[in-house]
Amino acid sequence: MTVLAKTLVSAGTVALLVGCTSIHNVTIETPLTPKLDISKFQRVLIAGFVSGGTDDVDANQETARLLRSQLRRNSDLQVIDSDVLPLLGISADQGGGPEPDSASQPSGSAPDEVALRETNNDDLSDTGDQMTEEDLETYETIFANIGFWRDLGEEYQDPLILTGTVYFSPHSRSGMVTREREVYDSFGRRRTVPIRTYRDRRGFVLSPKFIFIDGATGATVYTERHREEILYDVSQNTPALSSYFELMDRLLPSVLGAFSTQSITGSRTLLR
Amino acid sequence: MLRTNLGVVALLAVVSSAILSADERSDARAQVDFGIEVARRGLWKEAIYRWERAIDLDSTYAAAWNNLAIGFEREGRLGEALEAYENALDLEPNNLTIEQNYDLFLEMNDRVSQNSR
Repeated sequence: MTVLAKTLVSAGTVALLVGCTSIHNVTIETPLTPKLDISKFQRVLIAGFVSGGTDDVDANQETARLLRSQLRRNSDLQVIDSDVLPLLGISADQGGGPEPDSASQPSGSAPDEVALRETNNDDLSDTGDQMTEEDLETYETIFANIGFWRDLGEEYQDPLILTGTVYFSPHSRSGMVTREREVYDSFGRRRTVPIRTYRDRRGFVLSPKFIFIDGATGATVYTERHREEILYDVSQNTPALSSYFELMDRLLPSVLGAFSTQSITGSRTLLR
Repeated sequence: MLRTNLGVVALLAVVSSAILSADERSDARAQVDFGIEVARRGLWKEAIYRWERAIDLDSTYAAAWNNLAIGFEREGRLGEALEAYENALDLEPNNLTIEQNYDLFLEMNDRVSQNSR
């Protein structure tokens, strides 16, 4: 190797080293703007929920229990231990609920219109007398009763009150579904091809509305609505409670996000 | 004689301007380096100040804009971060590192928007 070649290699190595050291990876945490200013609250009361849908799950009790345990783990607020209020009954006592003549709803299934269009059968034949989502909404008048929430807040020294409605109901959907099927070609090689088939599926729909109330004033400070559904093959028999927790798992991060300042961690490269 | 003198003065002006420009670039680089050092120690506000100083000295310094964007991101000043990334990419459209930082920023920004909905 000539002197010139050696010099060039050395210069190249130096340039490479300089190049390598001119890049610096850093980890950054970007704060997310909190949905709700909870700085004035030290305590949170999960009061209970106006719930309806299936009788297989007590959505009021289960939602209150789940949120309490999650908030104890993930929030700085002190979670108040109290009995879960039967808000549906309280709302009915206060005049909430559907008008007597609109309580029964006709079934909405339309078996002749299947073809390629999906049909929703929210009112299953075996649960025809259960409360509909629209019925549940008529009980929401309780959340506008500022005096009721202010009295409750006073009882627990003005905490942040978390309440709302939870609709959890069996749900079915029929329509075209894309599945993958294994096929073997003439050489015995395996491959998968998408096929579209008409399928009946059953599952559950969870439609909660979380309402945050200032216990000092009784006024609603923030509302968050979600809707999630899960469908299984008709041959599967999944317990309602298991589906309820699976659906709640999907939306919990968003609800808990209202209680704490979250951040997103990522890596970036600084340059010289 | 006068023409010669004028020529010398013009030459001096050009040379001094070049020296000044090289000095500014060098100062800007020093600010960027210092910014990186303090950022790595977690002093992001100081780092942002240094990178802003670097840009004041040399507004065509893409690395300074890139670093400033990261600093703004770190502070949750997402609008300013977006602007800084765009400036960096305008200056060096083929810089893969800036492009990668920018893509990661956009992804993060989407999540922030979803959260605030």
